[in-house]
Amino acid sequence: MSEQRMSAQRPYIRSTDGWWRDNPYYVRYMLREFSSLLVYAYGLVLLVGLVRLSQGEAAYDQWLEALRNPWALAFHGVMLLVLLYHTWSWFEIMPKTLPAIRLGGKRLSDGAINVIGLAAALVCCAALYGVALWLAR
Amino acid sequence: MARTLKRSNAPIFWLLFGAGGLIAALIGPMLVYLSGIGGPLGIGVPEGMMSYPRMLAFSQHWAGKLFLFVVTTLILWHAALRIYHTLHDLGFHTGKVLTSSLYGLTLIFTLIAAYALLSVSF
Repeated sequence: MSEQRMSAQRPYIRSTDGWWRDNPYYVRYMLREFSSLLVYAYGLVLLVGLVRLSQGEAAYDQWLEALRNPWALAFHGVMLLVLLYHTWSWFEIMPKTLPAIRLGGKRLSDGAINVIGLAAALVCCAALYGVALWLAR
Repeated sequence: MARTLKRSNAPIFWLLFGAGGLIAALIGPMLVYLSGIGGPLGIGVPEGMMSYPRMLAFSQHWAGKLFLFVVTTLILWHAALRIYHTLHDLGFHTGKVLTSSLYGLTLIFTLIAAYALLSVSF
């Protein structure tokens, strides 16, 4: 940057306010980024549950009752969508985050990695559901 | 160079982010359904799946304890790193103060989770 533009009195500072608003791609990116606050909030809901569980039956039942509140249910409905999207996008970008996998001299295709990842998620969700049913039998 | 280069602590947070992200991607949707919708309402799951005696017994078993601790804390660490980068994207100066408050708070929550789970005994 030239000396004339970077004068000592008025240094040029490029504004970064709202840089993402004009491009639909960046709007989607930021929506996804903002969902991290919801994910943190969900972690806190679980944490409060653990604390209430350690405080005894009355405390825990209060927490469980609070989860039946329409607002709590709406929150978890949104969380369900957020996490479904998280699952989808996690395995969608996985070909870029993994080192190349070679099978029999051929590089495992991006599409194959996506499918394997999503299938693994399906299996893990089914397994968790199965374990929950088995424990509560 | 006058300053000595220090080892970065970033890989620790990336590791926690990655582990939490992978767990959330693999079981997140089902976990939310069980803990926040099906469990509290008793829809699609046995009656009283989330009742106090059941959850207490689950949290007293070492495997249940480990599951609850890992899931709860890794979700928080995963989200913490993403919040950090979101703040950076919004132009906040993600210096020492912000980093240590965000990760410090998450560390406190991690310790609270450990304390709660250890106090329900084995």
